[in-house]
Amino acid sequence: MFIINCPYCGEREQSEFKAGGEAHIVRPKQPTELSDDEWAEYLFMRKNIKGVQFERWVHTHGCRKWFNVVRDTSNDVIKAVYKMGEKPPTK
Amino acid sequence: MNYSGLKIFWEGLTGNKGWNKVWKEPTPKKEYDIIIIGGGGHGLSTAYYLSNKFNVNNVAVLEKGWLGSGNIGRNTTIIRSNYLLPENQPFYEFSLKLWENLENDTNYNSMVSQRGVLNLFHSDGQRDAFVRRGNSMILSGADANLLNDVELKELCPYLDFENARFPIKGALLQKRGGTVRHDAVAWGYARGADAKGVDIIQNCEVDGFIIKNGKCIGVETNKGVIKAKKIASCVAGSSGKLMSKAGIRLPIESHVLQAFVSEGLKPILDNVITFGAGHFYVSQSDKGGLVFGGDIDGYNSYAQRGNLPVVEDVCEGGMAIMPMIGRARLLRMWGGIMDMSMDGSPFIDKTHIKGLYFNGGWCYGGFKATPASGYCYAHLLAKDEPHPVAEDYKLDRFLKGKIIDEKGQGAQPNLH
Ligand SMILES: Cc1cc2nc3c(=O)[nH]c(=O)nc-3n(C[C@H](O)[C@H](O)[C@H](O)COP(=O)(O)OP(=O)(O)OC[C@H]3O[C@@H](n4cnc5c(N)ncnc54)[C@H](O)[C@@H]3O)c2cc1C
Ligand SMILES: [Zn+2]
Repeated sequence: MFIINCPYCGEREQSEFKAGGEAHIVRPKQPTELSDDEWAEYLFMRKNIKGVQFERWVHTHGCRKWFNVVRDTSNDVIKAVYKMGEKPPTK
Repeated sequence: MNYSGLKIFWEGLTGNKGWNKVWKEPTPKKEYDIIIIGGGGHGLSTAYYLSNKFNVNNVAVLEKGWLGSGNIGRNTTIIRSNYLLPENQPFYEFSLKLWENLENDTNYNSMVSQRGVLNLFHSDGQRDAFVRRGNSMILSGADANLLNDVELKELCPYLDFENARFPIKGALLQKRGGTVRHDAVAWGYARGADAKGVDIIQNCEVDGFIIKNGKCIGVETNKGVIKAKKIASCVAGSSGKLMSKAGIRLPIESHVLQAFVSEGLKPILDNVITFGAGHFYVSQSDKGGLVFGGDIDGYNSYAQRGNLPVVEDVCEGGMAIMPMIGRARLLRMWGGIMDMSMDGSPFIDKTHIKGLYFNGGWCYGGFKATPASGYCYAHLLAKDEPHPVAEDYKLDRFLKGKIIDEKGQGAQPNLH
């Protein structure tokens, strides 16, 4: 089990959270103007990185807030957490 | 060398000195007609059917580790063809028919055991859904039987029929479903392909593609550049990582799925039981261990090990339907990396890069697909046309709104 440091509540067990997948996928500003290909790209295509990934989690059984996590997907080590809307850490 | 009862008897009497290597260890040639990347179940069955059914022999399988080191050697070995959707059911029934003849085909004991697969149901609504599913199975030529609680009690008296949350009302039974010795599947296909001249090259990792003028003409590996007219990716959980080297993004995330084995017990379970409502499935191996599993861990990961919350969840699922296993001790557990597609269904397709083909997105259900996946991929590679039972497994289905969502759960891996 890993411990996740919720930016609002502090350290809690993983089972309180739910993963929300890749972060920073920007919702298109004018969805009606997208082609089917662009729409599918936004909805379904993923980087699926092996290594350091920026992703979203939600504290389902806690404050119920969404936030971002930087995790190495090759060994599940969490490097950083930051709030929604904040810039991802560069180091 | 042909294997037979007589041969075993003879070797037993003469000191077992007459057995040959099951496959060779060739050094890679400079060029092949087809390179298959990934020596898992699907890669090896593709090589087998290419060489044995489609007469394409100038083929190499490149495997980064040893044969069977991936999911083919990690799964819980259940085979069945009890799907609902018309895009899926004919494919899985084709696969089950290939399983039924696998040992004759490959002359290899893969321990195909059609011990029956039971899907439990707990409510009228679920029963109706299973009737519909059963009818869809029968339409595809498969077998399906609906058991009520009395009939099920005769088969499995130890189930907790009176469970408060999920009382067991019956089951959908597919008698032809069952289990297969998973790594023997890899070895049998490897031996059969090798005998027809396929080069099986282990410890050979592909880490790049050579693409010229929009055409893929070879791969870069730790054993140097190897060229081919066609390159076929077949790397299951590593699909995203590998295809990104060709600049291709996929509707796939890699997730961990765990499996568990108990200590050896006397024979108590002679079929496969699946408890979909709580997500638990179990069978008993020939060595006596209960082999069971449940949900994926639920987050994008390549770490080949899982986490404790799922262990607890799976064991709770087991206890809910079979309290008798409560005192059995867990012996081993492990994880494998699943190529979870966004709709839960696979791909067997060309890519937009000429000469580069893709097989993947098998999620946690790709073992049962091993023969048909290889057969249909071989068909596509040999003829450049999809096999009729796999023609919906296209990469562009997400562009066209034609997703194949077997469970009706929505488009995200951790929902399937
Ligand atoms: C715990 C668990 C339980 C499961 N239970 C079932 C079940 O009961 N029934 C069922 O139908 N399915 C089940 N599955 C799913 C099934 O095992 C997989 O869908 C299927 O095995 C995937 O296809 P494969 O055999 O080709 O994969 P793999 O055996 O993983 O083959 C892929 C191969 O590609 C190699 N590779 C990766 N990258 C490279 C590279 N760059 N260069 C060269 N080689 C590379 C890997 O080393 C690997 O050997 C289960 C899976 C797991 C993990
Ligand atoms: Zn919180």
